Amino acid sequence: MSSRAAAGGWSGRLLAALGLALLGWLLLPLAALVLSTSPSELLEGLRSPLVWPALRLSLWTASVALLCIVVLGTPLAWILAQRGGAGPWRLAETLVQLPVVVPPSVAGIALLLAFGRQGLLGAALASVGVSVSLSTPAVVIAEVFVAAPFYVLGAAAAFRALDPDVVLLARSLGAGSASLLLRVAIPLAAPGLAAGAALAWARALGEFGATLMFAGNISGRTQTLPLAIYSALDRDLGAARALAVVLCAFALGLLLAVRWLQRSGVVAGVVRSSR
Amino acid sequence: MSRRGRWAWLGLALLSLLGCQRHDDAERELTVFAAASLREVFEDLAAAFEAEHPGVHVVVHSAGTQQLRRQIELGAPADVLAGASERHLDALHAAGRIEAPRTFASNALVVVLAPGSKPAMATFSQLPTLARLAIGGPDVPVGRYTRAMLDAAAGAGLPDDFGTRVLARVVAEEADVRRVLTRVRLGEVDAGVVYRTDVAAARDALPTLAVPDALQPAIRYPIARVTGGSSPALAQAFIETVLGEPGRSRLHRAGFALPPEGAR
Repeated sequence: MSSRAAAGGWSGRLLAALGLALLGWLLLPLAALVLSTSPSELLEGLRSPLVWPALRLSLWTASVALLCIVVLGTPLAWILAQRGGAGPWRLAETLVQLPVVVPPSVAGIALLLAFGRQGLLGAALASVGVSVSLSTPAVVIAEVFVAAPFYVLGAAAAFRALDPDVVLLARSLGAGSASLLLRVAIPLAAPGLAAGAALAWARALGEFGATLMFAGNISGRTQTLPLAIYSALDRDLGAARALAVVLCAFALGLLLAVRWLQRSGVVAGVVRSSR
Repeated sequence: MSRRGRWAWLGLALLSLLGCQRHDDAERELTVFAAASLREVFEDLAAAFEAEHPGVHVVVHSAGTQQLRRQIELGAPADVLAGASERHLDALHAAGRIEAPRTFASNALVVVLAPGSKPAMATFSQLPTLARLAIGGPDVPVGRYTRAMLDAAAGAGLPDDFGTRVLARVVAEEADVRRVLTRVRLGEVDAGVVYRTDVAAARDALPTLAVPDALQPAIRYPIARVTGGSSPALAQAFIETVLGEPGRSRLHRAGFALPPEGAR
């Protein structure tokens, strides 16, 4: 079949050309980014005073956000995997995906209206002297908001792929809900959980729009790498390009890690097929 | 439909897509890049210019002057640039990107306070006692003027650490003056430093605090034709409109100060 499509004359070639056109469309901008920056320009750009505070802040906030996501998201993913098929949990599973499809500017306004000083929750916090918006915690809040779905959905899928007999067996041996999750489900689903965590971390690192609106853009406090690129564009194009190359390399590394984890996830799946 | 017919349709569709890109000679377009603080005045002027020049469509693109400068440096198709900073326009002129700029207005800084804020802060000298402030970023004209204002404070009878204490309260550095105003309007900050004209242009009457004259930096608005623009004659006509009576009356009404007539 595939050989016939390959040798299928002009129609096969047309399909290949369309596909390759899209591939070029996707890769050309990234190639331009890397090709337009020589190694010496990269080093020069990385010496900009914008770079290190932003890199430090980005790594720190994305990691704190990931910790929140994993601690709160794993139980949610487990519940969704167990009961997500019907009823209110099915609705919850759909709602969890909302931040993925909501535009960043909508997320920014929504976060302001919730946690801003005049916001739903923020007004109460402000009355006791705590202002969340325009601060480092605001960066973490925005990152959790946009990145959590990637982990929860990935983890729920990994939990669903577990062999139900193993779960039943553990239950029959007297494992409670917590120990079933901690001792059986998490170790078995670890590669899938790690892949979801890597995706969530990448999304948190790349978060831009909501952070700009909700957290501000102060170097060392709320200016993450994507915001530093935005600011550097007005000031120092070299630094902006260098930062962009760094973020691109991060993203590529994470993507490769996810691919590798997903492939080793196949090994975990052996539990299911070899019963 | 035959296969050949279908391909013909596809070809036609593609051609019509290409057609959208072609410029229609009857409808001429003039692109004006204007500093964020000029938005309303220039939109108003654009409408007046269109009425005077039938068949001409003026597109006003407003943003922080540092962004407009970068966009022009990267080859954005603009015909006229009106900025809030002589520094940025002089740099563009030196690089041959725009023609010699001419000053058409000036402005002044003002401290704008959050809506409903208690009038606890009665004077400018109490600015550092506010918890959260918003200003423009270091390359944004209003941010640069704000820093010049703070630098001048020590020499004008205010404490030596006045500027440092104010900057320590800054929780948002925005990309143009209107975003500073938005932070204040949303109550996310207690106060911000903007132009006098921005508060006047806003529909909500936000409380303000005058900046002492001794601290006011020289805020001048230059305008110039962009080199290599698509319609230089129209661009020149628009600049004359800004410098002439239509511009002067509207700028004056919006609260801008005007250079003496003929002094360009």
